[in-house]
Amino acid sequence: MKKIYLDHASAMPIDPRVLAFAQRYLRSDFGNPSSLHSAGLKAKTAIEDARKKVAELINVENETCIIFTSGATESNNLAIKGTALRNVGKGKKVAASAIEHISVINPMKELQKGGFELILIPVDSTGIVDLEKLNDTLTKETTLTSIMYANSEIGTIEPIKKISEIVHRNGLYLHVDATAAAGRIPVDVQNDGIDLLTLSSNDMYGPQGAGALYIKPGVRLQTILPGGGQERGLRSGTENIFAIAGMGEAARLAKSEMSQESERLKKIRDRLIQEITKIDQSYLTGHTTQRLPHHASFRFSGIEGESILLNMDIRHGIQISTGSACSSKTLEPSHVLLAIGLRHEEAHGSMVITLGRSNKLEQVPQITKAVKETIERLRKLSPL
Amino acid sequence: MADIGYSKKVLEHFMNPKNVGRIENADGYGKVGNPVCGDLMEMYIKVKDDIITDIKFKTFGCGSAIATSSMATEMAKGMHIDEALKLTRNDVATELEGLPPAKMHCSNLAADALHAAIKDYKKKKGETENGG
Repeated sequence: MKKIYLDHASAMPIDPRVLAFAQRYLRSDFGNPSSLHSAGLKAKTAIEDARKKVAELINVENETCIIFTSGATESNNLAIKGTALRNVGKGKKVAASAIEHISVINPMKELQKGGFELILIPVDSTGIVDLEKLNDTLTKETTLTSIMYANSEIGTIEPIKKISEIVHRNGLYLHVDATAAAGRIPVDVQNDGIDLLTLSSNDMYGPQGAGALYIKPGVRLQTILPGGGQERGLRSGTENIFAIAGMGEAARLAKSEMSQESERLKKIRDRLIQEITKIDQSYLTGHTTQRLPHHASFRFSGIEGESILLNMDIRHGIQISTGSACSSKTLEPSHVLLAIGLRHEEAHGSMVITLGRSNKLEQVPQITKAVKETIERLRKLSPL
Repeated sequence: MADIGYSKKVLEHFMNPKNVGRIENADGYGKVGNPVCGDLMEMYIKVKDDIITDIKFKTFGCGSAIATSSMATEMAKGMHIDEALKLTRNDVATELEGLPPAKMHCSNLAADALHAAIKDYKKKKGETENGG
């Protein structure tokens, strides 16, 4: 049985070219970029080279707008807490869509405990942010609004440009979590009107342990990690050179290969959606057209997602993801699936497929056969 | 294999559950859980001379919900009903070589479903005895 990995939103393999490029920073060029000697200089050069490459992927004004972090969670925390706390004199309100990643929602909840007002903007049944509600809810005191570029559980791409207009008309800054979107669809911070943007290295075939935050010139924020003053004082701590250099190279490759690869994955995605929604009482979750090119997500009536995951893995060697409560640490069903209006029992039966370079169109029959067997077997066990 | 902390035995019972199905004209029927919470179990028993002679289940839920259902039915088959009433969630979990801590409560309802089926049997029996 040949294994098929379909959970690229959770973790991705490092691109062999990225590894070949960056491994010297683990082996020989291991200096500390803050050191003034030649070894330090090599490391410093590696970081600045990576900064340029990441800057080019999202078309920033100037590469100094990029701050390296340890990953998307830290970037989201810095963007949210850093701006809200720095601009507290202007207001104590923050806003986010109801389907943001937990690393956006939780820092906001922390601010809420500290006296901030938190506004969650609802989405429609396809996951698109309610623009009217956004327009009506934001005020001058809303110093930060966080809306993701695209959602990793349902694949929906948000109308960021329109959102940016609304945020800037009513509130102050727009932060965009582009973890799921970057390297998959074009992201242009200047054209989209974005003030802060989160990127993750591993989500574009880079090493784990690196991320970045784009900060538009003029945006005021404070550090949440004080120390030696690295990364313009906004993110102290000796840099993870290997991961940062790798992220830069991954960003460069993503920029040059994205459009071709996305077209290829779209064909696989569409075929999967076509075949899997033929199964009785199976439904696509998220948007049909405003959807990430590598993303296919479903729900099935009468069965539970963790069982789907286990059966797909053990019996068929196929790794998928689910938003079921039983597979989460909190034992709560996915807040994203509840936000698009699914009932609890519907949200339990979800399956998420995220494609990557290893996937091929020829795998579609094996995948759909496995899904069909899984659904049939679990429905036979189910009293519903 | 999925590494979510399930024992080999749990995965065995999940992949090849025993005693799946319904029993027509069951002597006792128990239903516990709620699809809203993500777990729902139905248990059917046939009883002769207070011995559980046949038992079947249907379960909606995660891996451990299905495995505990299967294990509980295996344990209860052939047991005296009073003995079966003493079976606890812990007994089922122990027989499965343990469950992840988070699953001990929500997905370990099989013993409860079994007890519900036995109580249903006792109630029906009481009714027939009183009526007859």
